[in-house]
Amino acid sequence: MTSSSLRVKGLTKRYGDFVALAPTSLDVANGEFLTLLGPSGSGKTTLLSLIAGLAHPDEGHILVDDADVTHSPAYDRDIGVVFQNYALFPHMTVEDNIAFPLKMRKVADADLRRRTAEALETVRLPHVAKRYPRELSGGQQQRIALARCIVYRPAIILMDEPLGALDKKLRDQMQLEIKRIHRELGTTIIYVTHDQEEAMTMSDRICLMNAGAIEQLGTPEDLYFRPQSVFVADFLGESNLLSATVRQVDAQGLDIVLADQAAPSRAVGNGASFAAGEPIKLMVRPQNLHVEDAANGKLTGRLVDVMISGSMTRLYIAPERIDMPQLVAAYPTRSSAAPYEIGQLVSLDWNSADAVAIRDGRGH
Amino acid sequence: MALAKAPAIEPGQLRTTARSRARSQAWTWAAMGGPLVLLLVFFLVYPVGQLLLLSIYNDSGFTLAPYRQLFASAVYIDVLLITLKISLATTLVCVVVGYPIAYLISVVGKDRKATLLFWVLLSFWTSFLVRAFAWIVLLGRNGVINKLLLSLGIISSPASLLFNFGSVLVGMVNALLPLAVLTMLSVMENIDRNLPRAAATLGARPGMAFWKIYFPLSLPGVAAAGIMVFVTAIGFFIVPALLGGRRETMITQLIIDQVQQTLNWGFAGAISVLLLIVVLIVFVAYDRLLGLSTMTGAAAPRRAAPSRLAGPVQKIGDAVLTLLGMISDRIILALPSRRRDRNPEQAGLGLQAFVWTMLIIISAPTILMIPLSFGTGGLNWPPQGFTLHWYETVLHSPVWTQAFLRSLLVGLGTGGLAMLIGTPAAFLLVRSNVPGKAAWLAFILSPIVVPRMIIAVGMFYVFARMGLVGSAFGLILGHTVVAVPYVVMTMMAVLRNYDTRLDHAAQSLGARPFATLRHITFPILGAGMFSSFLFAFATSFDELTIALFATGGLNATLPKQFWDEVTLQVSPVIAAVSTCLFIFMGLLIFVAERLRRRAAAR
Ligand SMILES: Nc1ncnc2c1ncn2[C@@H]1O[C@H](COP(=O)(O)OP(=O)(O)O)[C@@H](O)[C@H]1O
Ligand SMILES: [Mg+2]
Repeated sequence: MTSSSLRVKGLTKRYGDFVALAPTSLDVANGEFLTLLGPSGSGKTTLLSLIAGLAHPDEGHILVDDADVTHSPAYDRDIGVVFQNYALFPHMTVEDNIAFPLKMRKVADADLRRRTAEALETVRLPHVAKRYPRELSGGQQQRIALARCIVYRPAIILMDEPLGALDKKLRDQMQLEIKRIHRELGTTIIYVTHDQEEAMTMSDRICLMNAGAIEQLGTPEDLYFRPQSVFVADFLGESNLLSATVRQVDAQGLDIVLADQAAPSRAVGNGASFAAGEPIKLMVRPQNLHVEDAANGKLTGRLVDVMISGSMTRLYIAPERIDMPQLVAAYPTRSSAAPYEIGQLVSLDWNSADAVAIRDGRGH
Repeated sequence: MALAKAPAIEPGQLRTTARSRARSQAWTWAAMGGPLVLLLVFFLVYPVGQLLLLSIYNDSGFTLAPYRQLFASAVYIDVLLITLKISLATTLVCVVVGYPIAYLISVVGKDRKATLLFWVLLSFWTSFLVRAFAWIVLLGRNGVINKLLLSLGIISSPASLLFNFGSVLVGMVNALLPLAVLTMLSVMENIDRNLPRAAATLGARPGMAFWKIYFPLSLPGVAAAGIMVFVTAIGFFIVPALLGGRRETMITQLIIDQVQQTLNWGFAGAISVLLLIVVLIVFVAYDRLLGLSTMTGAAAPRRAAPSRLAGPVQKIGDAVLTLLGMISDRIILALPSRRRDRNPEQAGLGLQAFVWTMLIIISAPTILMIPLSFGTGGLNWPPQGFTLHWYETVLHSPVWTQAFLRSLLVGLGTGGLAMLIGTPAAFLLVRSNVPGKAAWLAFILSPIVVPRMIIAVGMFYVFARMGLVGSAFGLILGHTVVAVPYVVMTMMAVLRNYDTRLDHAAQSLGARPFATLRHITFPILGAGMFSSFLFAFATSFDELTIALFATGGLNATLPKQFWDEVTLQVSPVIAAVSTCLFIFMGLLIFVAERLRRRAAAR
């Protein structure tokens, strides 16, 4: 099975004055599953189009296995693309759609038929070969798009929100399917989504994008446990962000003081270096925020709302100090009703190992 | 136990309420669709039927004499063949030249698209008469082309460029190219732009991606444009009459002669039957090959399963397309200008150059005519001196000013009446579940398909007996018949795009149906309604065929007056009138486009 590494150096794309992609550099290892994650309009499709050769960069280079392909046309790049709306050819049968890239490569007839059938097998839809795309359901079209892409074994596959149009259940199923195909083929995959859960479950690494630039690149654990910015902490899962100031930095972590409070507490760093006196944000994930009756926690607040969303129950708490944002705590739902009453005064606490210090880029 | 207390409903009573509801619904349908149906029955079906009947009935009963006359000599068959030849050539050139134009418009960015569209629309809306006249001036002995060729030393004495097949073809193509472009554009705009891009990522070179993916998907547009252009061309008389010689006489000109000179209704009817049969054959052939449903364009490419061209034909087609793709890619590879870092998002320079050349060719004659209307040297190029004399002549001539007022009156009347009759019908076709929608739509669109000349002559016959000839009211009725299909089509498109949930929201907020219409529906649909009105107005304002007969000798409309003058002599006065018309239409499009954009921005 062929697969390639990809290297992007200083790639830039502007539309008039608007910078759709600020100079971006990125290395994708051979066989890696990398996800581009980010809100809508953050430049994910732009980056993907540049890599595929469907758009022309203003600056920068693209290297596939160290060969510069920046100026090669799309049809010479050997990079497969699964489009957001599938882009199946409506005037061709499923079979002809899948055979198209093989025909373009002048594959012999017998071989072509065998490989088309194999690709249909791989996506588990051998019975729809003679149908037209419009006669398929959304999920089936998705699989055919995938089959058309893998049939010619491109060294790198790009997928632009391939599951965006599917409902939740189908999406979960297709995620497993795509992971299976990635395992079986070993191809390098760059996968775009704006769904953080999807990114977390599928990727080797996640590249989080914001406003046309990379915000953070790392493993799902990196991004979840050691976010480098408030944006990352906010985008990946829920988080409580508390303003604080660094007192002192040592080998194990940081001494900090929450805003407007005298009592010091401990936090762990996110890998960045901090200086004493620096204003920071303290991130505590909802599941790590403990709600207690006794008034011995780090903060106190009033319970505003209780929400049960399936397996998790969320408590919304307005801190006593009015200048703090509303906090949320989560714990697994239990059969009995919530032990707290709305309006009740509660105490909040967390383990210092679960409190992560983040540089407060936006100042305080 | 509340249920038990409810008044018992007898089965009979239930049936009556259901029946009365069905009856009131039928009344609503009749009130909304009735006027349009009556209009078409009385002023389309009846007149055309009359004319066709006249060809087999005369004072002494059943007769085939007109047909005997028709086939007695080769003259009329020759005219038919010439008509077919000119129409086919026009169709071919329009489609081949129009395709790249429509393609470029469908792929460029918003701003460039607006510019390109403006020039196509300007040409589309410039009167056929003005455009034909402009070519007379341009191709004349002392016109721009001859002067240019002389000054370059290519010819030594002025060539006769007018009154031959070439000049007719140029005029016809200029007349119908915008129609071809707009028809193909409506299909191309609905082709997913990701499809050719997907083909590229799958390994298709540009030629292959075009011929195997884009072209088959655009084919319904090509076919629709072809048939629209052909059917319009076959019923054309302005261009062959003004730019052609005796050998380029077309069949509609024969009908005019029969009615205007000899009042031979029977023979005019026979020629009309012949023309109608040809048009019918074309439509039946089209339906067999592609299915008439593809004519509506928009929906076609999605369900473009090779409808009836199955099996071997499809295989051959596929092989031809593959071959074309390979040849194109060879050519592209061989081209010297292939830049390595060519931007895949931009259309090729060659394409852009071609499109702009074509747009200049179709706009230039009219624009070059403008300076001549201010000159003292007649219509000879280059323009000499400066005078407003010709404009003064027009303004001080009661014939021209009255013709203008007449056209304005008839145009506004037509716009109003067509909206009044067409809008409810469009509502009915989009919003209700009235049975037989497809058939009704076909009926409503029939005034576009039946050659205008046949409608005009039939109407003239009926108007003459009703005493409507020469009246503005008669002309408004006549123009409404040919304008109303456009109103219905535009309004249907507008209504389809309208989110009916807004109505439901208004009603849930307490608005009664009429209040909903007044406060919600109409304000939102306003721009669409206004552009339908403008379309109807412009159709009437530029209409000559019906006006040719229905105005009688007096009370000419502007196109009729123009026609009478231009067939008499070609003078700078006409250039002045043409300039005024051109600017009037230019302003109209500009205003309409502004309004449309403002509505879109909301
Ligand atoms: N062809 C274009 N012309 C102008 N702006 C564009 C074009 N394509 C994308 N953009 C802009 O670039 C930004 C990034 O777009 P995109 O890469 O599609 O975002 P994403 O895929 O992350 O949602 C958006 O603000 C979008 O409006
Ligand atoms: Mg996108």
